[in-house]
Amino acid sequence: MGRYVLVRALYSLVTLWLLVTIIFAMVRLTGDPVLMKAEAGADAVYLAELRRQWGLDKALHWQYASFIGNLLQGNFGHSFEKSLPVRDIYFERLPNSLKLGFAAFLISIVLGVPLGMLSALKVNTRWDNVGKMIALVGLSMPGFFVGMVLIIVFGIELGWLPVLGKGSSALVWSNPATWVPFWFKDWPYLIMPAFALGWYFSGAMLRITRSGMLDVLGSDYIKLVRLKGVPERMVVAKHALKNSMIPVLTFAGLNLLIMVNVAVVIEVIFNWPGVGQLLYDGLSNRDFPMVQGVVLMSGLMIVMLNFTIDVLYGYVDPRIRLSR
Amino acid sequence: MPPLLRVTDLKTYYFGFRGTRVVKAVDGVSFTLEAGETFGLVGESGCGKTTTCHSLVRLLPPGARIVGGGIELEGEQLLDKSPAQMREIRGRRIATILQDPMASLDPLFSIGDQVAEPAYYHQALRGGKLRQRVRDLLAAVRIPSPEARMRNFPHQLSGGMRQRIVGAIAQAGGPRIIIADEPTTNLDVTIQLQYLSLLRDLQRASGVALVFVTHNLGIVAKMCDKVAVMYAGKIVEMQSVRGLFYDPRHPYTRALLESIPKLGTKEPLYAIPGQPPDLSALPTGCSFHPRCASAMDRCRSDEPPEQRAESGAVARCWLADHEVARG
Amino acid sequence: MATIPVGAASIPRVSRVARRSYRIVAEIPSIPLLILSILAFVAVFAPVLAPHPKFTPVKPTPEQCQARFGMASCPYVDNVPPFWARGGTFDTPLGTDFLGRDVLSRLMYGARISLVVALTGTLFAGAIGTLLGVVAGYMGKWWDQIIMRITDAWLTLPSLVFAILLSSVRGPGLWNVVLILALVFWSRYSRAVRGEVLALRERDFVKLAEINGIGKVKIIRRHLIPNVMNTVMVLFSLQVGVAVIIEASLSFLGVGVPPPEPSWGLMMAQERDSLMEGKWWLAVFPGICVTMLVLCANMLGDWLRVRLDPQLRNR
Repeated sequence: MGRYVLVRALYSLVTLWLLVTIIFAMVRLTGDPVLMKAEAGADAVYLAELRRQWGLDKALHWQYASFIGNLLQGNFGHSFEKSLPVRDIYFERLPNSLKLGFAAFLISIVLGVPLGMLSALKVNTRWDNVGKMIALVGLSMPGFFVGMVLIIVFGIELGWLPVLGKGSSALVWSNPATWVPFWFKDWPYLIMPAFALGWYFSGAMLRITRSGMLDVLGSDYIKLVRLKGVPERMVVAKHALKNSMIPVLTFAGLNLLIMVNVAVVIEVIFNWPGVGQLLYDGLSNRDFPMVQGVVLMSGLMIVMLNFTIDVLYGYVDPRIRLSR
Repeated sequence: MPPLLRVTDLKTYYFGFRGTRVVKAVDGVSFTLEAGETFGLVGESGCGKTTTCHSLVRLLPPGARIVGGGIELEGEQLLDKSPAQMREIRGRRIATILQDPMASLDPLFSIGDQVAEPAYYHQALRGGKLRQRVRDLLAAVRIPSPEARMRNFPHQLSGGMRQRIVGAIAQAGGPRIIIADEPTTNLDVTIQLQYLSLLRDLQRASGVALVFVTHNLGIVAKMCDKVAVMYAGKIVEMQSVRGLFYDPRHPYTRALLESIPKLGTKEPLYAIPGQPPDLSALPTGCSFHPRCASAMDRCRSDEPPEQRAESGAVARCWLADHEVARG
Repeated sequence: MATIPVGAASIPRVSRVARRSYRIVAEIPSIPLLILSILAFVAVFAPVLAPHPKFTPVKPTPEQCQARFGMASCPYVDNVPPFWARGGTFDTPLGTDFLGRDVLSRLMYGARISLVVALTGTLFAGAIGTLLGVVAGYMGKWWDQIIMRITDAWLTLPSLVFAILLSSVRGPGLWNVVLILALVFWSRYSRAVRGEVLALRERDFVKLAEINGIGKVKIIRRHLIPNVMNTVMVLFSLQVGVAVIIEASLSFLGVGVPPPEPSWGLMMAQERDSLMEGKWWLAVFPGICVTMLVLCANMLGDWLRVRLDPQLRNR
């Protein structure tokens, strides 16, 4: 297991380095970081000053060196608008996004996995077709549309749930007293955005559970378990389920990635103060360092998340856990 | 005394493409099995041996159905049983060993867990008694240091050990019949002999009847009392082992024996001409006639029934009919 | 597990020809194909089919002006509800937006945007990705390593987030979105294609061509590319849906196709505030359009995937 972890860690570092390089390259090659300010009608002198300030007039390799240097020191940029380091603002908002993300993830598992299992167990019957249809529709509706519909139905027409914001609870890093209660308070605000976010993944989870299950159910060892005369529910609950979790976990990592995407729009619609909304704020305020900084941080988070999932996966599968 | 197992005219078909394609995998198979007997089932790939085995425990893949015939276990008709009753029979009265030991074992559960399962569900053993039973089972299949092995996982053991563990699993429920579907095909040749002698010993100790499926006539000669040769879903010959090797009565059997390479001669290898037939589009008359060296006109048009000789030997061939008539 | 049916009578006898054609016809997803064709038709002929122009407000009737503003005439009447609600008319069957423009017409023009952007963007992404995938898979060694490491890192970037970043430095605009789509999604293709090529490389016809001294470029062109087309087509059809959603999301956030072009995503954004006032139709109809398009593309893609991969056929 140790060697496995080491290899994955190394791989993550390389990926991270490539990631930031890609961000650097794409930004400077495809467009102009000062464009946003230019569009807002800034004059040429101001723009030239800005370029100088951001080091854009220097040679490319010099820019790259200082870029990497900054990152290694943990400097992800300095917000133009708020005059604060992007990193600090990001971490302040991160718990909100995490709260939303976890809730959505839970919803997607609760909705998707049982339906996926049902689909697999009753493959090619009407239940299966219903399950497949649900998954397909879930994957086709854009998250923000679902969010809007929810707002219309539950927020406005029925008035059951609050529509905007996240409520008053906040996780303040410097105040440990807020660390735990944060996750549980103000949950009425959480329901709609989490559902809108998790909806898409329920579809993906359903499919992946279904296909993983089908693979497992068709395997020889499940055949042998049945030949042993083990009751069917144990065949499923004990053997099929655990073996199906491996592809599900693998996929969970990919899912989280897409979730970050969709979260941007959901946060905007529901006015949820997470990192997605931060990105949008950066856009509206024409704050390029903010935009770039948030993208960099998101990339970092995702690489770390994937690494964590790899390690978890290694732990669940005894073939890896018990190796060197 | 009824035989331990009596299979009468068993027919299992596969229905594909929403019922438009029918594969007659098992088409009228009949045989009996006595307690303690080793029964060999021989044939090329795709002749229906595996489907027959699965049909015996009624664990068929989707699309397959038993469409006719009967299976009697100690006088009880299995085809009348409910799914719950069949589940009790599987593992407890009829156990199965599959071909690929690596694929047969769940990679995520320990050996001890997997061997214990039949005993847990069929004999309701728990705790210390269960662990003891697992230890005994592993010792019976000659696994050294069973206590340690119980905690291992399948990927940590060699192929030979895994197959022995599958054998232990088969014994765990205390069955009367063990069906072994090509258990040695995936093993190294050196391990094969060890494994076969192990099976023989187990059988002698517990008196269990063995249905041994293989395509290797050499193993049949070593292990079996009685043997049936299958072709295109039917049993074309069934005799005692001695009888089969010294006096084969079906051209297919003769061809199979002919194609075993013989040491010490420089004769060219003999291969049966042609290909096994498509089970969804069988030839008219005798299924073997396109490849048969002794085919007569009658073989092309009429399907031969089972011809039973006085010795008890069965052959599905018009030639056998002549021989019987000749006396 | 098994049951015994009545006997020989339960075994159907169907001719081989009928069997095969039944199989094929029963499986074509005719409804999605139909809907997609309708959408494409509407997109192409929007200028002819749309009852009203896309940018100018609908000329209101005196009754409408009277009812809304209490005046005899007015330049436009905004937020007219759909025809089945009170205050709606058949002239603007799905209502008007905040500037008095006909929603139905704008939806039709919007189809153009969604289809053009999604199709061309995905096409470019596919072209780049396939090429790189083939090179990586066939050339091997460090070509493979470099391209694949970059692909992996590229795949780690969330697509919308990355698209937003690129958009902030390029600015809004239809062709910018196409470019961004190409840049963001090519990596999906290169990974899949590389896998295919690795398998193809060992096949006899490729080895034969190599033995005969045919140049690598020619092998790529004549043998490898045609054979990966199956995979690419499936991926393409599945990616089109994603592209539509990304374009809608970008336009929604204001960094995609800019106003006054009626991108469906943009239409949904403009009406966000009206939602609070209960004017649901302005946001819901574009959303339904997006969902329809993506759903049909996905269904088609799924069907293609099952059709082209024999292993999955009987699932």
